[in-house]
Amino acid sequence: MFTPSISRRRFLQSLSVAGLALLKQRFGRAAYSRGQVVVIGGGFGGATVAKYIREFDPWIEVTLVEPNSTYFTCPASNWVLAGLRSLNSISHHYRDLTRHGVKIIRDTVIAIEPDKREVRLKGGAILSYDRLVVSPGIDFRWESIEGYSASVVDQLPHAWKAGRQTNILRSQLLAMRDGGTVVITSPPDPYRCPPGPYERASLIAHYLKTHKPKSKVLILDAKTAFAKQELFTAGWQALYEFDTDNSLIEWVSGPDGQVNAVDVEKKAAIAGPLEEKYRADVLNVIPPQKAGQIAQSAGLTDHSGWCPVDYTTWESALQRGVHVIGDAAIQDPMPKSAYAASSQAKVCADAVVALLNDRTPGEPSWINTCYSLVGPQYGISIAEVFELNRKGGIQKVPGSGGLSPQDGNHELEAVYARSWYTNIVNDTFG
Amino acid sequence: MNSEKTLAVCCCVMLFVAEPAFTGGTIGRTVGVTCNACHGPDGKSKGAIPSLDGLTAKQIESELLAFRSGKRSATIMNRIARGYTDNEIAAVAEYFANLK
Repeated sequence: MFTPSISRRRFLQSLSVAGLALLKQRFGRAAYSRGQVVVIGGGFGGATVAKYIREFDPWIEVTLVEPNSTYFTCPASNWVLAGLRSLNSISHHYRDLTRHGVKIIRDTVIAIEPDKREVRLKGGAILSYDRLVVSPGIDFRWESIEGYSASVVDQLPHAWKAGRQTNILRSQLLAMRDGGTVVITSPPDPYRCPPGPYERASLIAHYLKTHKPKSKVLILDAKTAFAKQELFTAGWQALYEFDTDNSLIEWVSGPDGQVNAVDVEKKAAIAGPLEEKYRADVLNVIPPQKAGQIAQSAGLTDHSGWCPVDYTTWESALQRGVHVIGDAAIQDPMPKSAYAASSQAKVCADAVVALLNDRTPGEPSWINTCYSLVGPQYGISIAEVFELNRKGGIQKVPGSGGLSPQDGNHELEAVYARSWYTNIVNDTFG
Repeated sequence: MNSEKTLAVCCCVMLFVAEPAFTGGTIGRTVGVTCNACHGPDGKSKGAIPSLDGLTAKQIESELLAFRSGKRSATIMNRIARGYTDNEIAAVAEYFANLK
């Protein structure tokens, strides 16, 4: 592998006897490359960065490594739980990315060697790169809840990585008796999709109200505040009699909501200083989180369990030539959302293209736009525009963004939520 | 081959391997692509969210300025438009208006 600046100059020099037509005919695309980029992980971050690097500069070769043939989106997976759409409708394949010239390798990365600029795959292949983009999503801190582990997720689903887990939780809800209790344990910050547990509670409440009205949802939560809280609680009051004796949703917060253990046999969560046992008919444990496994093993994480990066390029602060985007990166005050991952991916793509063209990366700009459904026809949103601050951190552009107004058009926002989903999926995988 | 011809070939090749051109400058594209996740790739929306495709730069710019000032009401665009300067709005309008 040659460095781009020298390669281009040499290449141009070598063309003194060749015309453009001859060049095309003789060398084709592979004969000249501005550089090799390998992307690990085919979620919103990885798929977007792969596609946009090719869009910004088709002379860069991009290889995306992803173990699964299809991707189930976490956005809209709560809609599946409530029966608002099918699991199949939130699964997306990678075929269209190849149309943009992205090479897809279906395999798992077992090691990254930043010094050699190589990635080793489970299948035995070794990939060289000039720039590596790691977008591995999240992993769970299994050890933080006693009794919970990867081996009990069929009984106590997390459904925080969509797909099979979404189906298990949905089946348990369908099988539950009327009069049952669904317990959701909400994780501490930071975690994937801050409003997610509360959208889930809302839509499970909708399902129960429609099919099993004697049942209820209980949220156990060590946090004392949560994303879009005033909008969710207003929606719960409007739709689910929240704060009354008949409420379909109950929120146990603060120290009392701190879940320390689960009893798998009895399907119970043990929470609070008094070790109160909350018996559940369906127990959905959303565990505390950290960056995806490959980020941990490749030395991309710090003591927090997440990945520190430079926000102009999203290059790791710990490993040169390696960029980390999406949920795995430290990105406060941006939330760990699909939209944020997509926005980071585009800034990263821009920077990678600039670096491989010997240009200085430009000033970044990001958006987060996130819709939640409180009910099928009741949408709420948060929107934020972010910029780089003087210390190299991320800040919300003063005066920008915020929540939907309380008296906003929630019906129209529910329509836009669905359109948002269609468009972000198309922007990522289309 | 004389040096003029060599230069001509090199210029052709440089055009051939150059990064694709776009309008609105770096700012226009950097901001513009962040809109795509809601408005669809290249601003072509498939659902209820309006497309940016087919609008002139002037239309996009005046809409964004109206959203920002509150002159035009919206469910979400007021909150987003307040995040951008006049220059950024002009650049992003230029970027979308000239996409093919």
